[in-house]
Amino acid sequence: MTVGVEVHATGTIPVASAAQPPRFELWHISKGFETPGGFRPVLDGIDLKATSGSFISIIGPSGCGKSTLFNVMAGLEPADAGRVYVDGQEAGGKREHFGYMPQKDLLFPWRTILDNTTIGLEVQGKPRKEARVAAAKLFEPFGLAGFEHARPFELSGGMRQRAALLRTVVQEREILLLDEPFGALDSLTRLEMQTWLAEVWVKYRWTVVMVTHDVREAVYLSDQVVVLSARPTKVRLVKDITLPRPREEALMATPEFAAIERELLEVLHEESRHALQTQRVTV
Amino acid sequence: MAAATVTEMAVLPPTIEEVQDAAGPRRRRGKGQRAASRTLETVGPVLLLLVVATVVMQAVVDQGNIRPEVLPSPSRVIRSGWAAREAIWQNTVPTLQVTAIGFAVSLVVGWLLAIIVDFSRFARRALTPILVASQTVPIIAVAPLMIIWFGFGLLPKVIVVALVTFFPVTIGLIEGFDSTPKEASSLLASMGAGKWRTFRYVRLPSAMPSFFTSLRIGITYAVTGAIFAEYVGAKYGLGIYMSMQKNSFRTDLVLAAVLVTSLISILLFLSTYLLQRLVIPWYGQEKRSQT
Repeated sequence: MTVGVEVHATGTIPVASAAQPPRFELWHISKGFETPGGFRPVLDGIDLKATSGSFISIIGPSGCGKSTLFNVMAGLEPADAGRVYVDGQEAGGKREHFGYMPQKDLLFPWRTILDNTTIGLEVQGKPRKEARVAAAKLFEPFGLAGFEHARPFELSGGMRQRAALLRTVVQEREILLLDEPFGALDSLTRLEMQTWLAEVWVKYRWTVVMVTHDVREAVYLSDQVVVLSARPTKVRLVKDITLPRPREEALMATPEFAAIERELLEVLHEESRHALQTQRVTV
Repeated sequence: MAAATVTEMAVLPPTIEEVQDAAGPRRRRGKGQRAASRTLETVGPVLLLLVVATVVMQAVVDQGNIRPEVLPSPSRVIRSGWAAREAIWQNTVPTLQVTAIGFAVSLVVGWLLAIIVDFSRFARRALTPILVASQTVPIIAVAPLMIIWFGFGLLPKVIVVALVTFFPVTIGLIEGFDSTPKEASSLLASMGAGKWRTFRYVRLPSAMPSFFTSLRIGITYAVTGAIFAEYVGAKYGLGIYMSMQKNSFRTDLVLAAVLVTSLISILLFLSTYLLQRLVIPWYGQEKRSQT
């Protein structure tokens, strides 16, 4: 650990290209939990970085610690070892850099859609009026115009997810963490949402880290797909997706797309088998 | 004749007024009628049951030559009750007073305890067993002691009412706060909210449906609690009124007072729904949208 820090201080790790320094970087993140059966390592030295305005997807076998990784990044749980950097500054345990969008939309029934989207800003101390003005501007591009004063239960699943994303985006944090944002949607709505997200992302160029189970979704939306290994989790593969943008739905039918998808799926399956085996051993 | 008119109307093209009518007031009238029939659907069965029970009781008493001191007929209860309406009303006001003050105290105590428990794990562990233990105290044994300690005034009765009702209120609130999804707390934490803001923005509103349920339970206990406290010893109140009428074998007046008590409880119970609709209108809307 100390050795690592020294190395880091001399500037050999992390390698930041002079042209574009990483927006954020995870360096050797490790974390485990005490369980009744003893200490269980979950994250085992995760390295990850993203340049500003890039879209990164994380896939991995189930139970590989993706949520733990997100919690560490969002500053909700401390890492046992390793560092989090945002724009070159140490940001471990800080909550102001990452905007977190959970899997469930968690829109509160006692608030209108507009007031749901302003809740982050309100929590951060912004006057309600200003928060509303800021959020209202995004309703049009998010396809929610006219639903400002509706209640969550009046919206479709896709609209609810868009509102949840708006709530995250409006906080203007450096990096967005999307935790399986479309996991609970039916396949048709999911496809619509993916196309929509690809469109708005090109427009706004947020720095995004998305966890997903859907390899196709990962390839379609991302600049880079990171495959995590079975627990204790390491980065198994980092795959740059150089498919041209803007991407259209038809892209998913091309042989190039299929080749990338197959490659990632193979690695993922291998890790899933691995996860099953180790589970059997521990049980 | 009537059939002919209907056919004629169906054949003729509708006039503009008729179209406007259909869209406007007529539809509203239809809505009103539907609401009325829905209300009848809701309260119809219980009214029917009450009427049948009353008729049966009346018949049994009339045919069976039962002495009114033992079992008065419903008509006798109503008649005597109406004749004694002034005395009953005079005794109803203090009961209402005890109920209101006692329940208000119970609400304040319940909210305070629940918030303390929600904020402090230590308080949760220290207070929860005591809260439960407080409910094992037999009120029937303690209420007379209250009179020995605090006299015949308002205080012992307020304490009894508060003692019977603060438990459901407190537990309802504590469990309501705890019903907040864990993910919602994480979300708020990721936004930078501390304990207090998480409470204010999520835990408090999440607890409201559960609070109103416990309010309903508490308010019905409050009325019977007040009556009970008065029954043990009081100058005025429906409780002591019932006790005195029982001692002079006026079963009819006891039952008349019971009837008043039930009416008060039902009205208070229903009023909690009204309050709920005012305070958390979203809850009903959401529930209706799910069915």
